[in-house]
Amino acid sequence: MSTWLPKSASSRRWLGLAPSYIVIGIFMLIPMVIMGVFSFLEPNPYGGVKAVGSFDAYVKLFFEYDLEDQLVFNPGYINIVWRSFQLSIMATVLCLVVGFPVAYYITLQPENKRNFYIYLVTIPFWTNLLIRTFAWIIILGRGGVIELPLQKLGIIDDSLRMMYSDGAIAVGLTYSYLPLMVLPIYASLEKLDFRLLEAASDLYANRWVTMWKVVIPLCKPGVVAGCILVFIPCIGAFIAPNLLGGGKKLMLGSLVQFQFSSARNWPFGAALSMLLLSAVVVSLIFYARAAKKRALMEGEV
Amino acid sequence: MKYIASIFAAAAVALTGGLAKAGGELFIYNWTEYTPPELIEKFEKETGISVSLDTYDSNETLLAKLQAGATGYDLVVPSQNFVPILVGEGLIQKVAVHELPNYKNYKDEWRKPEWDPEQEYSSGWQWGTTSFSYNHELYSGKGESLAEFFEPSEEVRGRLSIFQTPDEVISLANIYLGTEFCSEDPKVMKKIQDMLLAQKDYVVALNSETMSDLLTSGEAIITNHWSGYNRLGRLAGAPITYAYPKEGVVGWFDSLVVPTSAKNVENARTFMNFMMDPVNMAMLTENQGYGDAVKGTEAYYSEEVKTAPEINPPKGLNVVFAPTCSPKAQALIDKVWTKVWQ
Amino acid sequence: MSDHMNETKNIMKKKKILPVGHFRGLGAWTFAFFIYLYVPIVVLVFYSFNSNRMVMNWEGFGISWYLKAFSNNNIQQAVLNSLIVATVATACATAIATIGALVLARGGSFKGKTLSLGLITLPLMVPEIVTAVAVLIFFSSIGMNLGLGNVIIAHITFCIPFAFMPIRARLEGMDTTLEQAARDLYATEWETFRFVTVPLLMPGIVAGAMLAFVISLDDFIITLMVGGAGSTTLPVYIYSMIRRGLTPEVNAISTVLLFFSIAIVTAYWIVSKKSQTKTVH
Repeated sequence: MSTWLPKSASSRRWLGLAPSYIVIGIFMLIPMVIMGVFSFLEPNPYGGVKAVGSFDAYVKLFFEYDLEDQLVFNPGYINIVWRSFQLSIMATVLCLVVGFPVAYYITLQPENKRNFYIYLVTIPFWTNLLIRTFAWIIILGRGGVIELPLQKLGIIDDSLRMMYSDGAIAVGLTYSYLPLMVLPIYASLEKLDFRLLEAASDLYANRWVTMWKVVIPLCKPGVVAGCILVFIPCIGAFIAPNLLGGGKKLMLGSLVQFQFSSARNWPFGAALSMLLLSAVVVSLIFYARAAKKRALMEGEV
Repeated sequence: MKYIASIFAAAAVALTGGLAKAGGELFIYNWTEYTPPELIEKFEKETGISVSLDTYDSNETLLAKLQAGATGYDLVVPSQNFVPILVGEGLIQKVAVHELPNYKNYKDEWRKPEWDPEQEYSSGWQWGTTSFSYNHELYSGKGESLAEFFEPSEEVRGRLSIFQTPDEVISLANIYLGTEFCSEDPKVMKKIQDMLLAQKDYVVALNSETMSDLLTSGEAIITNHWSGYNRLGRLAGAPITYAYPKEGVVGWFDSLVVPTSAKNVENARTFMNFMMDPVNMAMLTENQGYGDAVKGTEAYYSEEVKTAPEINPPKGLNVVFAPTCSPKAQALIDKVWTKVWQ
Repeated sequence: MSDHMNETKNIMKKKKILPVGHFRGLGAWTFAFFIYLYVPIVVLVFYSFNSNRMVMNWEGFGISWYLKAFSNNNIQQAVLNSLIVATVATACATAIATIGALVLARGGSFKGKTLSLGLITLPLMVPEIVTAVAVLIFFSSIGMNLGLGNVIIAHITFCIPFAFMPIRARLEGMDTTLEQAARDLYATEWETFRFVTVPLLMPGIVAGAMLAFVISLDDFIITLMVGGAGSTTLPVYIYSMIRRGLTPEVNAISTVLLFFSIAIVTAYWIVSKKSQTKTVH
């Protein structure tokens, strides 16, 4: 192997990146460029696009024609985007709060047990998301797994109305995305050298200080990876909001889906996803900048 | 490495497996559980054609896939309002359904329907209606009018569920208000929008998946529902009744059509012909519990199917089959829906 | 196991340092976490024995849905397709992501690093339906129609970032002294990679592969759109049931799949125990 590997660092680099570049470049970037182009075209009446340039899709994001055909500002779609972001933030925070201690606990286990725990975390996700969500309906629903015993014991007599609430969405979303948080955190925590903790405790730092000053900075890459993996897919989620939340407030995921299905407005669907893409990219760039600055400062120290 | 190689080998077998069979083949693309396995077995035995079945979730998916190009399917099952679109886009081909020998069994009232005036493209699969259902133990009404659905009484507050997508809800609203389907008139759509906004206060959930369960648990006491789906829930013990309001209900009619890209057109026609034989169609109806368009199937029905209210609507019921909406009308529908649920 | 660092670490933890870094209630929290994780699973397994047709309407105990699932070729084919796609996609995506992560975490800073990072995470940032439609259009415009092959390629693509993130997180800040030492001891580059880097990286690779696997196993929209004839997977099968409603048959097949996965874990557990006793001797 070492004989045919190129010697120069830069050609090795490109050799290593080539598979990702080829696969994602061809099967993701090109399709996305096609979508980008679509967002500047006119919709075809029955799905697809007409080869006529137009900014209508982007105008539609912010404005609408009222009944007198006047262009007026329409916050509707922006609200939907904002609501989806809020929901994602909530789910990400919940996943982090629930998942971090678990990842940490798994790291504390003897080595041969750790993989077992990791399997244990992933096994529930072998079953289909829809079926798992149905199980939550059985648990939270009227006269369900939680309510029935309480009713039988006479603690409550009416329904607790747990379904179709923001709480139900939170439970469902957190449940859907937990392994995406636990696994990356575990992967970066696992290399934690416990001698560092020992050193910290020798220096009379209490547990929480050690956690904050030693453990968290060390596993930060894992926490960041986990947050990204939960946050972004969550923006497009619609199964939990629809089935557990009742779907009474449109979410970005459903809205985009809707454009490609019954609304048959592909350019608008494409424009919505371009908006989402740029929002995510901008926030990631900001994050990267901030991280770099921090790294530089720490480097100087 | 060996593992990976063997997985690749397995994948390669899976990829080419479909092509290896000698003799006739038929690729059907239909909704899940919409094609009884015993029917396929019977067809395979009688004709020696081997059938492969794939599934999709909506008419829109079917349209998008056919529009994107050849997918290798010989028979697909769109609803009536998608047939003209598929014809207009050149995605399905003429197969002279009216010349098939068993066409003589086709019910007169379903011959040459609006969506296929010469019966060149389509032969019926199943048809049914869309309306609403109620839990007859918890709800005091009788489901006699669409008013109970659109302008519900106080007992329904927070216990009403409607479909997740606008098309059928707005079609029902048109029937209730007596306005024309696919209206391009903003005033008409404004009226519908106001009605839906008022109805919104009563809605507990938008749901197109678990209506019977919602009604059974009492989470909702009125839901949008499909006829056959309601029957299955009722047979499973749910205390639900399917409403036939006096204003009418929305109808849908799914039919077999042959994509332009089909490779086994003759086999597809053979299957169409096979399905117009009352024995076979009765098998499908018995399994599905919707209606069919073939004469003489009644003779093979079980007593349950013969008398099920969902399959045998009251005489004189106004069933309106939704046409294909113009882009302008579709845009208005979407605008109303986003306004109501944004 | 050959890794002495970890060995010593274990011993240290077991003996003296154990209390350090532990928190009161951590075990209880994890226990509660697993209850949260498994209660829905218990419920869905329980309901697979429901003799009623409606998933959520309990009638009585019965195995009729298992019998139905075992005689239903379509659902079996769908499960098989799902497993083939998930396994192949996971293997390929994890391999690609591992090399990519090595370059991006170890290759120093170079021009185009941020861009490469962006490219690899691109599949993550696009709503699924958009990817699905875009890839469908792309595939059909180049005339690619490989049936299940289309699905596998699409899955490899969107699984890469899910495999990549944990591996990169693992690599970040992992020190290179062991690899240096190996090189100093005249190990070849390949040997160093195979016997030092990969074992060190293993937790990241396992985590990444697991994520890729469950993500692939659950995908519906992309599979539905890009798949050709003969490529119905389990999620596609399930989501297309809406015309008649879900039945406990789906619970039954999920339960079978669940026990299959538990069997794998148990096998792994036994094997790893055996190999451990071997190293001790």
